[in-house]
Amino acid sequence: MNKSAGSPFLRRLGRSPSAVAGLIIITFYVVVALFATWLAPYSAAGQNPKDRLQSPNSRYWVGTDEFGRDIFSRLMFGATNSLTVALISVSLAFAGGTLIGTISGYVGGWTDNVIMRLVDLMFAFPALLLALAIAAALGPGLRNTVIAIAVVYLPIFARVARGSVLLLKGLEFVEASRSLGVGHVRMIFRHILPNAIAPSLVQLSLAFSWAILTEAALSFLGLGTIPPNPSWGSMLSDSRTMMELAPWMAVAPGLAIMFCVLGFNLLGDGVRDILDPHLHLGKTPQ
Amino acid sequence: MRNYVFKRLLTLIPTLLGISVIVFLVMRLIPGDTISAMIGTQFKLTEAQAEAMRRYYGLDKSLPEQYGLWLSAAVQGDLGYSVRTGQPVLSEIIRRYPLTMELALVAMAIAVAVGIPVGLVSAIQRDTVLDYAGRLFALAGLAIPGFWMGTLIIYGLSVYLHILPNSGAYVEFAIDPAENLKQIIFPALTLGLAFSAAVMRTTRSALLEELNKDYARTARAKGHTERGVILRHCLKNALIPVITLIGLEAGYLLGGAIIVEEVFALPGLGRLLLNGINQRDYALVQGVILFIAFSFVVVNLLADLAYAVINPRVRYE
Repeated sequence: MNKSAGSPFLRRLGRSPSAVAGLIIITFYVVVALFATWLAPYSAAGQNPKDRLQSPNSRYWVGTDEFGRDIFSRLMFGATNSLTVALISVSLAFAGGTLIGTISGYVGGWTDNVIMRLVDLMFAFPALLLALAIAAALGPGLRNTVIAIAVVYLPIFARVARGSVLLLKGLEFVEASRSLGVGHVRMIFRHILPNAIAPSLVQLSLAFSWAILTEAALSFLGLGTIPPNPSWGSMLSDSRTMMELAPWMAVAPGLAIMFCVLGFNLLGDGVRDILDPHLHLGKTPQ
Repeated sequence: MRNYVFKRLLTLIPTLLGISVIVFLVMRLIPGDTISAMIGTQFKLTEAQAEAMRRYYGLDKSLPEQYGLWLSAAVQGDLGYSVRTGQPVLSEIIRRYPLTMELALVAMAIAVAVGIPVGLVSAIQRDTVLDYAGRLFALAGLAIPGFWMGTLIIYGLSVYLHILPNSGAYVEFAIDPAENLKQIIFPALTLGLAFSAAVMRTTRSALLEELNKDYARTARAKGHTERGVILRHCLKNALIPVITLIGLEAGYLLGGAIIVEEVFALPGLGRLLLNGINQRDYALVQGVILFIAFSFVVVNLLADLAYAVINPRVRYE
């Protein structure tokens, strides 16, 4: 066994059925998203009026929509869209939130107080409402959807990071480093941050599933991805007027969203079981 | 307890002020000229007219001054007028609010009624077919987006049962309870699904944890039946995290309701908000967001107080 496979975290992840199932699903989506251009049998926007509203068949695996566009191909490009939004927004929220939370916890005092009151304020909104308000104010489009999702999720990472920093600050290795003359910047980036990130990993997977759901919801409401760019949410919204003629238009994008979210939730469950010893349940004596 | 309530009420004031600042600032993010945003782009104004409008609405003042004016009007119940209907924003909100509230409450009742029993059975029958079915239900519930489930429900009802759930206007509960519930039940199911999944998971893991604790083992050693251990000892403790979860998540139903109302074409606050956004009716949008956020805070406050009643440790911190 090589060294990386010997890492206890990865080894335990490999033994968690839910994490493995999640990773398989996510890998599948990522591959589709990355290579949609080559994998998709048709283009995302290519209209083919002669073939409109076809039910699933050997040429169009999931059928076509009212413009004769191949739904299967649009789902694949939709994966690119969804995962791009999720990846950028979660990265921003994770980086920004972790940094802010770490500094807040490390510096303490009134800086910490001000930052945490602001974070509390963000929690005073239902998350979806805040994302919706920001998306509505900025207007639809990829960049604005990313901003809306990132802003809403950032405080969650900030809170988690701050919590673990407060814990770490009191530990002996930090004290030891300080007595060796380690400066604040080096202390934060070399000693505190690497240790503070672990609890955020649990949040990371959940953040992805939330981002994907939110992007779909915003697009469903016409506030996310701008048509004709393919998004699972707007495809679902379009399907509503065609439902009785073409139910496959409503079924397919929903399945795509569901399995994607499921993948991230399963991975999140697996990671949480490993990192959060509180939830380790022994065998029930029955 | 009275002390705790008082302290908790005091923290409400800065929170509400903060919310109003955020809502105010978010609405100022809207690109372009506020006046044309306010009256719509179909009217062309001369520069003098636009200037007069700006002065009339106080838009020539600084941002903090504008905020102060807006806030002092808002606390007196004046949220401005809807540009589309000409009605005061607050009266529009109050007209739509009961529906959203009812939707959220019924959804919560469904979530509790489904989530807790399924969670209990899953925990008691751990690693049996029943448990796997329950866990599958929870996984699906958390992954199925409400707007998809709602769309499918409407499809199923209209195609297979030939009922259109949203045919006809919304009937208030006070006027015709049966008709009202018929209209509310499917949207509430849609809204409650994810919530019931969360309740189920928390119930299951909380009960499993309690069953493993020393006091449960002691009870077993004393000769209690497993049933007795669960019902007499563990259940009560296991429900505490469930109640916390319900309190924490209750407010989120208000956000979810926005989408469900849109799917089922119910004239609640969510639809009011979305229509306002589509019609660029900014006073309305601002008012509705503020109102929903305030309700959210109040719901969270009630949840905290309820929690303090159940768990005395909280009160003495």
